[in-house]
Amino acid sequence: MASFKPTKIPIYPKLGEKVTPDTLYWKNYKAPVQIKEFGAVTSIDFSPLAPHNYAVTASTRIHIYGPFSQEPVKTFTRFKDTAYSGKFRSDGQLLVAGCEDSVVRLFDVSGKVALRVFKGHTKGVHVTDFTSDCYHILTGSDDYTCRLWDIPNSTELTSYKEHTDYIRCGTTSKLNRDIFITGSYDHTLRVFDARVEKSVMTMDHSQPVESVLLYPSEGLLVSAGGRYVKVWDLLKGGQPLVSLKNHHKTVTCLGLSGNGQRLLSASLDRHVKVYNTTNYKVVHNFDYAASILSLALAPDDESVVVGMTNGVLSIKHRKSPEEKQEVAGKQRRRPVYRIFVKGRNYVPKKDDFLVSKPVKSHLAKYDKQLKRFNISKALDTALESWRKNRKPEITVAVMKELDRRGTLNNALAGRDEQNLSQLLNFLIGNVVDPRFTPVLVTATEMILDIYKAVVGQSSVVDRQLVRLQELVEREIDYQQDLLEVLGMLDTLFASSLPRKEVPCPGSSRPNGLAEGGLGAPGPQLQAA
Amino acid sequence: MVEHADIRMVHRGGSKINFREPVFTNDSRFLLCAAGESVKVYSTSTEECIHDLQGHTDLVTGVVLNPLNHLQVYSCSADGTVRLWDFTDGILIKTFIIGYPIYSIYVSEKHGGVVFVVVPMANYKSSEQFQLVAVHLPRSGDQEVEARELSAVLCDVSPHPGAASFGREGEYIAAAKDLQLEVFFFKKQKSYRFSLKSGIKKGVKNAFTCVSCHPKEDCIATGHADGKIRLWRNFNQKKEYTYSTLHWHHGAVNTLCFTPEGTNLLSGGIESVLVHWRYKQENQKDFLPRLGAAITHIAVSPDGSLFCTSHSDNKITIIQSCVKVSAVIQGLVKGEGVWTNLIIDPRSKALVLNGKPGHLQFYSLHHDKQLYNLDIVQQEYIHEEGLDQFEVVKAAFDTHGDWLATVEERRKKGSELEVNLKLWAYDKLTQSFVLNTTVTAPHEDRITAMFFSPSPETTMLVTTSLDGHFKAWLLADHSDTKAEGAFWSCDFVGGYHLLKPGCCCFSADGSLLAVGFQEVVTVWSPASWELLTTLSQPPGAIRDLCFGRLSCSKYLLGTSTKNQLCCWNLLTCSLEWSTPMDVSLLQTDPLSENMAAFCNQSGSSDLFVFKPSEPRPLYSQKALCTGKVQHAVFAPRDQMLESCEERTQWLNRSQLYFVTQHMDLLTFSTKTEEDRLLASRKQLVVDDSVAVTPFYLLLGKHRMQQLEKQEVLPNPMAERTQLPQGSIAIKELLHTPAHVLPSASFLCAMFVRSLLISSSSAREEKEPEEEEMESEKEEEDSEGEADSRQGESAAWGPSKELGAPALTKAQERELRRVKTFDHSWLSSLLDC
Repeated sequence: MASFKPTKIPIYPKLGEKVTPDTLYWKNYKAPVQIKEFGAVTSIDFSPLAPHNYAVTASTRIHIYGPFSQEPVKTFTRFKDTAYSGKFRSDGQLLVAGCEDSVVRLFDVSGKVALRVFKGHTKGVHVTDFTSDCYHILTGSDDYTCRLWDIPNSTELTSYKEHTDYIRCGTTSKLNRDIFITGSYDHTLRVFDARVEKSVMTMDHSQPVESVLLYPSEGLLVSAGGRYVKVWDLLKGGQPLVSLKNHHKTVTCLGLSGNGQRLLSASLDRHVKVYNTTNYKVVHNFDYAASILSLALAPDDESVVVGMTNGVLSIKHRKSPEEKQEVAGKQRRRPVYRIFVKGRNYVPKKDDFLVSKPVKSHLAKYDKQLKRFNISKALDTALESWRKNRKPEITVAVMKELDRRGTLNNALAGRDEQNLSQLLNFLIGNVVDPRFTPVLVTATEMILDIYKAVVGQSSVVDRQLVRLQELVEREIDYQQDLLEVLGMLDTLFASSLPRKEVPCPGSSRPNGLAEGGLGAPGPQLQAA
Repeated sequence: MVEHADIRMVHRGGSKINFREPVFTNDSRFLLCAAGESVKVYSTSTEECIHDLQGHTDLVTGVVLNPLNHLQVYSCSADGTVRLWDFTDGILIKTFIIGYPIYSIYVSEKHGGVVFVVVPMANYKSSEQFQLVAVHLPRSGDQEVEARELSAVLCDVSPHPGAASFGREGEYIAAAKDLQLEVFFFKKQKSYRFSLKSGIKKGVKNAFTCVSCHPKEDCIATGHADGKIRLWRNFNQKKEYTYSTLHWHHGAVNTLCFTPEGTNLLSGGIESVLVHWRYKQENQKDFLPRLGAAITHIAVSPDGSLFCTSHSDNKITIIQSCVKVSAVIQGLVKGEGVWTNLIIDPRSKALVLNGKPGHLQFYSLHHDKQLYNLDIVQQEYIHEEGLDQFEVVKAAFDTHGDWLATVEERRKKGSELEVNLKLWAYDKLTQSFVLNTTVTAPHEDRITAMFFSPSPETTMLVTTSLDGHFKAWLLADHSDTKAEGAFWSCDFVGGYHLLKPGCCCFSADGSLLAVGFQEVVTVWSPASWELLTTLSQPPGAIRDLCFGRLSCSKYLLGTSTKNQLCCWNLLTCSLEWSTPMDVSLLQTDPLSENMAAFCNQSGSSDLFVFKPSEPRPLYSQKALCTGKVQHAVFAPRDQMLESCEERTQWLNRSQLYFVTQHMDLLTFSTKTEEDRLLASRKQLVVDDSVAVTPFYLLLGKHRMQQLEKQEVLPNPMAERTQLPQGSIAIKELLHTPAHVLPSASFLCAMFVRSLLISSSSAREEKEPEEEEMESEKEEEDSEGEADSRQGESAAWGPSKELGAPALTKAQERELRRVKTFDHSWLSSLLDC
């Protein structure tokens, strides 16, 4: 004697993105804090020192924000024109910034007035950086040159004029004080050695380069330009490793997560994408309100700061572990009741004779009613469960089961106004859901057949029927539109794909028919 | 072609055991049931088949116990004979030749020496009408007796055995047909007829389906097609009869049965619920629901402790006093069709096919026994007529039996098709398949073929469907997502000019996939999903595709609907040969190059076994069976046969099983193999008819020791090998309780002898001594047992002396011991 098999509630796949450790990690940020700056935020840089303040370059000022303050803790306003590229030194004491007026200024973080002013460029300076020995400054300018400056003497050491267009990005090596890399709008990346007169390596990005990034190991170089993010192997003489094309507008900024395992790219298409650095697959995606110009991550990914063209600075802080716990605690449901089973922990002794009781399987209420063939009640119970916790799967599964038993008609019939309006409510809510449509369309047809004689007697039901009709009409129009789009796409694909001929080795006899016709010695399978 | 005497077709398993009502023996230890052309004796406790009473030459149509001797059983058959058997030993006692095909048999204690059988009426040639006749079985010593003494009792009865029943103490017999119940009283030699209105206008179906009479009172219970049960009383007159109606069943009542004391009435029908009515308190009823399939027969053991129900899925359930199912005897389930084809499970080597609705059955071919049922659909089956329910339509195993893929479908009337593809992983712990992935609506239309790739690197499944696509499914490890474990997902969707694919086939190494799109065969590379080549042989769509194996793996064979069997050479991509043949089925042997083709020719099927590379078939058999062969499979053998003969060589590695139109499972076998099988089966029969009692334990042990001793004595060579056991005597001496030990002088001699260094005489001496001690011990436990033994040895003594004058020393000593033994008890035994 088999036991009753309960109704199977199908588990529908969750729509949307899959939950991976990456999405969990990157979603674990609080709602962003937004600060309005005076102009487009062109650069953000975190201080390497403990409180990890960050310098935000926007318009003609540089603001320094504390990790949790919404007001700037310090502001540098001594710029004649738009400031660019505010950068901290590795000890966090000095800050350098370029300016559209071609002057490079060096500030003490605690002071207000520029300590040094480096003059020599003839056009705006978009790139500034400290070398790893802390005594020199690298600058790159729109006059196609990049220069090295000495801080103590505020003199120009060297000037390289190899690029043939604006230099808009550059970085210095953190391991070697003499090596730096610049990227330019002439589509090239150049690696310079201060000890040598000329560039030591040139890579062609084939798009104007907007941003460069060195891996902490400095074996790999990442460049962004156009819609592409490219990774180069410096140790192999600048060989391209991968080319990523995940944005649909120019990529403006690159970043690396705290542990160096994830690469971030920000673009004018308002997205920040997170890549896995082992397989260079996109593992997460952030959406922002406007085109992004700059991006920076606090050490250990404590916060993600993004600057946009509309001058909004968006700061996301990581949720602290306590807060996370609190949320989890809220979700955990306490048991509603507790059962103490006597002798539950009793372990039978060696010689005890064990009488096993059949385990009673728990059945849901609608299953119990289905077992007793109370079909109308089972449908009522299923509808009730939908009203309570909005799970249409259960209701649809019960309807499907009734349909399979051939009794859906009987279960739907004989309802009063209130009951019928509930049923119609359910149908209106779910009939266009593609997962449920096959079952619910049958049910709807049955309801219309059953109750067509009483249409017009109740205003509530009539109104719902009209709504249902509108819904179905809208859905039909929608489907038609979709089919039209599909047809268009098909023609596009058909015309764009190259026509491929099926290779046929025996081209002289297309399908072997000729060979067979020539009377090959076939077996005589006819039984004599 | 020569008819090969050495290869024969053999029926393999799966005879219907639910055809007629089974019979309990008087001690309820055995159950007898008609199974095809034989009567099977099952043990009610172990479900084992103990005897197979073979002898009838046609379908057995009834089994009843001999009312005069409860160790004998009558069986009747459509071959026109009634046979009397001794079912405990499985011996045919007598054969009574009636001369007409018999449809059912009834006996009653009151009518000894007479059996009542239903035979076609002699004057109606159409044999549409049947009569109940009494047959006087002649008393004669012969094995075969002609019983021509027939006297008609009732005319125009139903051939269904449930439609007639003997009343209280055999005084009357009630028979029902259509809308009429007829009761015949033997004493008055008079019959009464009671009719019901047809009631068809009102939508009632009043027709009788079964009859059962109360064993103690004058009451007849009748079942009806509309689910009603009527209890008739006061029927020994024409006018004032009465009946009461019980109604629970919503389908027809298939069977009715009173318990031996008449306190309860059991009924069953298509609902597969056993209903247990209290006699005279009919509103009280018990149910035993969900017995699995429609109940066709109910039988009750003579002491009323066991019930048994036969079900439409070839199953007999034994139920203990209506609350607990105690045993299930399950035959090969033959549903409405085998949609899944015959498949061999690579792990258990069991035959897998459709079983109960929504299940796959695993049937062991070697033991002719169902191993288990796998629930595929996992839905409550509603036992009601006219419902469309899910059916398993396709199933496939991968090469190692780790994965099972099934397709179930349900076609609603005027509505769209529901198809589910399920993938099951083999769980080593539970030794069963566990559901891994369910794909709802894998295709938009019916799935026509499904195969796993045989390549060892990937686990890939390919399905082809009438929606014009074939899909490849891959086991993907999604370890980066939260869901643990691997599941299956679609990897590739292919098509060819929107033609409908009908069949597909992988090459033996899994490097090629051939898909038949109507008239065109496309060959794909599963590694890159590149269309490699297309082959076609225009007239007729491709019906079946097969790659050759082993040395013939360069060939691809295809059959088309327009009577063509083609063989393409894949190296040259050209047709190697083709022959006009209406091949309905093409099968490859997985272990050799052989292929089997079943052809249709003028209403019967022919079989050809051939190699694609050779022009001559290895074996051919004309007119295999009438009708089309539906399904066939090569089942690998456990042990390879070593037949060198050319004709039978193809049977060496695997055996060909096939299913005919009538759902008979047949196979090919050689004579030598059959003989060997028969011999091994005889050895295997366990005689559990002798119950194990404490007495048997004592006596049996003793007997066995005696036997051992007798074996041991004449073989001193065997003795010598046991030398190190010399200390047993000492052990015996030390461990035996003092009060049962023989006298000290006797023991001393034995002890000293045991210390002597081995000589054969010393060894042999030890054994009888031990024996004696043991017998003395047992004497205390059971006097009688030792008696018999000692009596035996006493009787043996003198004869030995006479027969063999030259006695060995051991024997002499034994004799002496016997002489010195106290024989006083023997004289008392002889006195009484």
